[in-house]
Amino acid sequence: MVKDQEYLEKKASYCIDLAKKLGASGVGVNVGSSISETVNFRNKKLDESNRSDNLGIDITTYIGKKKSSISSSNLLKDNLNILIEKCVETTKNTPEDEFNALPDKNLLAKEIKELNLYDESHIENEDKINYLSRLEVSASRDTKIVNTESSFTEDKSNFVLANSDGFCKGYKTSSFIASSVTVAKDDKSMERDYEYTLKCHLDDIKSAEELGKAAAEHTIRKLSPKKIGSEKIAIIFDKRIAKGMLSTFANAISSSSISRGTSFLKDKINQKIFSDSINIFDKPDIIKGLGSKSFDSEGVVTETLKLVDEGILKHYLVDTYNGKKLNLKSNGRCGGTSNLYFDNGKISYKDLLSANPKCLYITETIGHGSNIITGDYSVGATGFLVENGEFKYPINEITIAGNFKDMFKNITLANDLEFEYSTNSPTMMIEGMVVAGK
Amino acid sequence: MSNFFKNSDLSRNEAENIISDTLKKCDDGELYLENSKSESILLDDNKIKDSNYNSDLGFGFRAVSGETVAYSHSNEISKNSLKVSANNLKSTLKSVQGIYNHSINKSNKRYYENINPIEQKTLNEKISILNKVNDYLRSKNDNVKQVTANFSGEQKSIEIIRSGGETLTDVRPLVRFNVSVMVEKKGRKETGGYGIGGRQSYDNYLREDNWKNVCDEALRIANVNLESKPAPAGEMKVVLGPGWPAILIHEAVGHGLEGDFNRKKTSAFHDLMGQKVASEGVTIVDDGTIDNRRGSLSIDDEGTPTEKTVLIENGILKNFMQDRLNARLMKTRSTGSGRRENFRHVVLPRMRNTMMLSGEQTQDEMIKSVDKGIFAVSFGGGQVDITSGKFVFNCTEAYEIINGKIGSPIKGATLIGDGPSILKEVSMVGNDMMLDPGIGTCGKAGQGVPVGVAQPSILIDKMTVGGTKL
Repeated sequence: MVKDQEYLEKKASYCIDLAKKLGASGVGVNVGSSISETVNFRNKKLDESNRSDNLGIDITTYIGKKKSSISSSNLLKDNLNILIEKCVETTKNTPEDEFNALPDKNLLAKEIKELNLYDESHIENEDKINYLSRLEVSASRDTKIVNTESSFTEDKSNFVLANSDGFCKGYKTSSFIASSVTVAKDDKSMERDYEYTLKCHLDDIKSAEELGKAAAEHTIRKLSPKKIGSEKIAIIFDKRIAKGMLSTFANAISSSSISRGTSFLKDKINQKIFSDSINIFDKPDIIKGLGSKSFDSEGVVTETLKLVDEGILKHYLVDTYNGKKLNLKSNGRCGGTSNLYFDNGKISYKDLLSANPKCLYITETIGHGSNIITGDYSVGATGFLVENGEFKYPINEITIAGNFKDMFKNITLANDLEFEYSTNSPTMMIEGMVVAGK
Repeated sequence: MSNFFKNSDLSRNEAENIISDTLKKCDDGELYLENSKSESILLDDNKIKDSNYNSDLGFGFRAVSGETVAYSHSNEISKNSLKVSANNLKSTLKSVQGIYNHSINKSNKRYYENINPIEQKTLNEKISILNKVNDYLRSKNDNVKQVTANFSGEQKSIEIIRSGGETLTDVRPLVRFNVSVMVEKKGRKETGGYGIGGRQSYDNYLREDNWKNVCDEALRIANVNLESKPAPAGEMKVVLGPGWPAILIHEAVGHGLEGDFNRKKTSAFHDLMGQKVASEGVTIVDDGTIDNRRGSLSIDDEGTPTEKTVLIENGILKNFMQDRLNARLMKTRSTGSGRRENFRHVVLPRMRNTMMLSGEQTQDEMIKSVDKGIFAVSFGGGQVDITSGKFVFNCTEAYEIINGKIGSPIKGATLIGDGPSILKEVSMVGNDMMLDPGIGTCGKAGQGVPVGVAQPSILIDKMTVGGTKL
């Protein structure tokens, strides 16, 4: 069982009291417990079981404008005593930083929202094994599939966030994750692809048969890929890749990137950075939402933000420290976004595919080619050539490149938004990017 | 050495009994205990932004039978906790019948000292160097608009207890010093970064000439990038500089030669043992035994002494990298490559220091032989798709080559290639092999482990450069 609220609250208040006694003027504590059980299958046989029992504590102590932190997985009193003493000592020896502070008391969350993020159902390993057996039968139906790997994880977590200004709140969350990875082979090539499902509630995950079938289909259609020539071409990003554009956007508008001056979106507030039709929301109170939360990692209440309104940037993602630097109030985004998404576009998926006589449909990118300082983007890619709205053949060993400043202004979205992840995008087209191939 | 049973209601004797009882019908397995202490001190935006200290303690209990691995870990080293784990393993492997493999090589060789780098220097000494780094860079060049520098240090003590009470231990120091600088000129911003590290004390890095070298190199790269033009797009010749660019070897062939992917036949290399996979003159080894290197280990995380494993010899595929599980199933021996990020993770076959050995040509000869291509000197990260063999890495310092001469610097671009065929495109191997500065971390299945790479300059006849200039 994960540790209960009372245990975690007791640990947190013990740490706060001790740190104050040793001379801290302010203290923040996050203490968490989680238990996760995973079963892995490979080629229809049990491959691995993994039980993971985790405890962890993070403590930050302040002495005036001085700050230092410690973290540990050992919550025994003797160890905590040594660490807290070390933390306070280190704080004394660390230079002052005028922006160091606990969050503004008025901004702290007053309540925990009813978000339905915890499902207490426990699924025994036998049942996980049963699910994975069905999944792998479904995944390996086609003889081109030569290897299947699948996994089922049940995760239960609990945490308490507390500080010396009297904040002390936390709640349980759960997640159920099933995934299927398949390898397909023909005489010319070997390819791998995947599908997964992740939900807070057991009843909401996809069926085993559906998951296995989807993974196999994704993989088989990639066989015998071709390499194309280098050219400028419209690119369509599958939803699972399109959401990555939002993650880059979120990085570039984090108050830390902005205050350090290391973002291509610095000083762009109230300016047009996307085309007119683009609206971006960050909504923390979606029921059962994978990114839903009552407060951020400092305890500041989180409300829905319309980050981009008709192409215009309206907010940065602000935490306490960087907010003070930028003279902005925290908007509860310490630790990042919640449920971040592009609003639906106006045209259908089908119309997007046939918007150009020829385009590239990208299903996977590899590499870390996003530079948020310059906005330059260059990654390896895999996908399909689409002509007149029809998938022609798979493509690989190419790169796609551009600059986010231009790419953002050339985005067209389909109207097929779904909430599958914590960050979600409809299918996306970007025109004017360069493909490097032969 | 940590005494893992000192503050516990569990005695070593009781632990040994639970281990032997749980593993008696299994093929392999062990209790892995770990105690690590780490620190990170970060200077950013003219201030000491973070000073963090972490202490991590826990165990991972593994039972292996046939191809099946059962694993359970916890932070609490207690009687109850170990029993819960033992029951969890037994319930997964309840109908198995194996014969425990007791054979494990022994070696007294150590490739680093038993030290705790964190305690050897005071916090104030480290803060003082970081402040000097900041002042030095900002006063050196007016273009410097942002400086980030950090020290991180770690001491990890591990103990492996096998069925029957056999015990293996190791204490591993690790330090790293990194500097990143952002410059701005006429509204254009670029960055450069450099770092050094290894399994040793901070002493080397705190010497003035050493930290200044790191700063100078970071600033030089940033300034080169200020002058960079859009990179070309398409297939062309690529000359790689020595040292760190060997992450190409790591991504392109290293991962594909790890035992698990080959046992499962999901690696593009699985049916190529004994065959020619690289040009003549290409020899690649994975070596865990170089003193004080970031990727070196005295014993791996299963207790097997590490070694220098020849992967490719003069173009021929000779060995895969193995942990005990994959070695047993492939009827070969462990190469001491079984590694894990920490006690929360199962062991996987991983790289240590992956190196391409020197040939005979000079870098000058390579550049002169290229009509149109690029010269890549430094890289950010890379990634590979094991199954299709396609891999990428990102240039952070590169130049165009025109008619045998090095031209303008070019913007960071991704290079993409095909692992099983790229080494056949290597047409020159340089005589200037160099180790990387000690900053690599390799990610696999969600686990990061410190690694090293090395190579001489090489000429690759054909690779796709992912620029924007057609």
